[in-house]
Amino acid sequence: MLPIGHYLFLGLALFIIGVIGVVTRRNVIVILMSIELILNAVNINLVAFSRLYGDVAGQVFALFIIADAAAEAAVGLGIIIAFFRNRETVLEDEMDLLKW
Amino acid sequence: MTPTGYFLEHLWLIPLFPLVTAALMLFIGRRFPNAAVSVLCVGSVGLSFVFALGAVTQLLSAAPEYRVAQHILFEWLTPGQMQLSTGHLISFTADWGYLLDPLSSVMVLVVTGVGFLIHIYSIGYMGHEGGYYRFFGYMNLFMFAMLTLVLANNMLLMFVGWEGVGLCSYLLIGFYFLKKSASDAGKKAFIVNRIGDAGFILGILLTAVTFGTIRFTSVGLTNVAADSGIRQALEAAFGSHALAAGAPVFTTIALLLFVGACGKSAQIPLYVWLPDAMEGPTPVSALIHAATMVTAGVYMVVRMNAIYQLSPFAMNVVAVVGVVTAIFAASMALVQNDIKKVLAYSTISQLGYMFLALGAGAFAAGIFHLMTHAFFKALLFLGAGSVIHAMSGEQDIQKMGGLGDKIQVTARTFFVAALAIAGIPPLAGFFSKDEILARTFDKNPALWIVGFVTAGMTAFYMFRLVFLTISGYSRADEHVQKHIHESPYTMTIPLIILAVLSVIGGWSGSGRFEKFLEPVMSTIGVPTAPAKVVEAWSATEILLMLGSIAVAIAGIWLAYEFYRTKRFAPELVARKMGGFYRVLFNKYYVDEIYDALFVNRTKDLGTVLGQFDAKVIDGVGVDGTGWLARFGSTLSMWWDKWIIDGLLNFGAKLTQLLSFPIRFLQTGTFSSYALFILLGLAILLAYYQQHLHVVLRGAR
Repeated sequence: MLPIGHYLFLGLALFIIGVIGVVTRRNVIVILMSIELILNAVNINLVAFSRLYGDVAGQVFALFIIADAAAEAAVGLGIIIAFFRNRETVLEDEMDLLKW
Repeated sequence: MTPTGYFLEHLWLIPLFPLVTAALMLFIGRRFPNAAVSVLCVGSVGLSFVFALGAVTQLLSAAPEYRVAQHILFEWLTPGQMQLSTGHLISFTADWGYLLDPLSSVMVLVVTGVGFLIHIYSIGYMGHEGGYYRFFGYMNLFMFAMLTLVLANNMLLMFVGWEGVGLCSYLLIGFYFLKKSASDAGKKAFIVNRIGDAGFILGILLTAVTFGTIRFTSVGLTNVAADSGIRQALEAAFGSHALAAGAPVFTTIALLLFVGACGKSAQIPLYVWLPDAMEGPTPVSALIHAATMVTAGVYMVVRMNAIYQLSPFAMNVVAVVGVVTAIFAASMALVQNDIKKVLAYSTISQLGYMFLALGAGAFAAGIFHLMTHAFFKALLFLGAGSVIHAMSGEQDIQKMGGLGDKIQVTARTFFVAALAIAGIPPLAGFFSKDEILARTFDKNPALWIVGFVTAGMTAFYMFRLVFLTISGYSRADEHVQKHIHESPYTMTIPLIILAVLSVIGGWSGSGRFEKFLEPVMSTIGVPTAPAKVVEAWSATEILLMLGSIAVAIAGIWLAYEFYRTKRFAPELVARKMGGFYRVLFNKYYVDEIYDALFVNRTKDLGTVLGQFDAKVIDGVGVDGTGWLARFGSTLSMWWDKWIIDGLLNFGAKLTQLLSFPIRFLQTGTFSSYALFILLGLAILLAYYQQHLHVVLRGAR
């Protein structure tokens, strides 16, 4: 059995990749995918600690987050399609209607 | 018994017929074809004439002392309190009522009869003119006003008619209103008449406060006591010795009323409008400025004879003004070259005769001359119109001549009228003029001499006109000569009828005429006339009569020698008496004097008032208010800009100031927000690091 540090390191790496993707990319679809990476990094952490402590609550949380991520992807992509129909773009720096 | 009958009870219809057609013409006349206008307008005057004839016939059926028919249609001015000059309070009222007595019978027959003939004539004369319906509308309106004037039973209603005829006179003189001289002449007539009207209305007011009534008489009314008239009030005043003959109030009233009469009847000094009034169409000159309207002053003085007779001074003024006007106007007529101007001055002169008669106390003779003058002067004007018609609009007698053969009906009737006005027996003018001269001689031989000379001048200038237009050879250019033609029947038939009237109009004799008018003449305060009046054909009267015939013939002979045989050359006489001729030719420069004295002074006053208006009213008042408003709005604008807006801007500025560094964080860039969230989370985590250990340790 691998020590907990490996799992945590993998989670941390995925999280940082996700954050860098969210902060640096302009394409909203890519940002959405990066958010999925962040969520999965959290999932890995939850499952790893659940195993470490022998507590099943962490795995249950991970399942909730997977369902939540699916819902979030459905809603997010719907918004993006609706937005594309109006503005013909999916670049976040052109989504500036609310900016004064 | 008081006379009754259908026509007398429907007196009010006589002025109503022309009023109805006048209203039709003036409101919707444009839509009528000319034929309909002729039928309606001439027909309505004809109908008035028929009703007037009927009414007079029914009046004559009564005995002379009962010949009064008076009808009050309605109460016009409702009763109101008025203080008399004696201090009594009475209830004053004026009604809309009609009075037919011998005096107004004469007037109403002359007005409707001559008016009817002139209306027929106008069909031919105005046939080719524009505004045909307008012309007849005004003419009918005039007929209504004139009939109101002569049929009125009180002074105020008479004044309504008086102003009405003045208005129509103005409208018709200015009928060709595009012509400056015509519209100026209309204004002149109107303004000069206003001066007279001021006197008239003051006279009415003074009568009202003196007698408490302005009705002429209460005879013929049911309630004699309540509806008292001036004559009855006079009788009462004499009975109670409140007033006596020659009281100053009579003189004042009489002179004020005479000012009105001077204006309307073109007497010195207010005669200046009548010659200019010839700018109107010729039928208008015939109807208004010869036969009817200008005689209104004479009618009014006769109507008020009760008051005039009580003021010998006023009577003298009337006589002197009349006779001076007569000779003054006749002298101007001697040298005029415009055919209508000669007739205009002749009219003024003849009106002077009428006033001379009134001043001499011969009221009936004045009315008699008014009637005969209406016939022959209307005829002269209509004849002149026919001549002008034939001469293609030419009015200068120096360019006429030789018309006798070419337009025979016009020429012959014109000749008859000239004989009549010159006073050749047995034509109408002879009887009336001779009566006036005889009565003047009784009063004052000096006045008679002036009247006598005027009679000779009248004959001279009339026949100067006749010889220069009818006889001799034509002096017109060929183009005009070719066009000379007799007028249509609608014009010649009235001429013939008027010619017949000019011949027979005086045959009733002044004596019978005077007897007919006797019920109208007041006897209050007048010493009963001696038997002299009754005694006819005294030696003096026959001599005077022969004298007036002689002077008329002398005038005609002189004109014959001057303008027919050319034994005396008029040019030579004119050159020899150059100064006098020029004064006459320029009408004594009266127009120029009036211009200098009154017209230009009034204009100066207007200029001064205009400057006052421009400088004070506009400058201080209007512009000042404008300046104040602008100043106020400047203040208000400043307040708005610096205080109200300033507060708002201050708030905004304050917010801007307070938000100075923070506001740069809001970039609108999504990734920067994401970075801030991340940084914030990192800071939060770093701050709670030790607590995090506790949490984690606790979980374990």
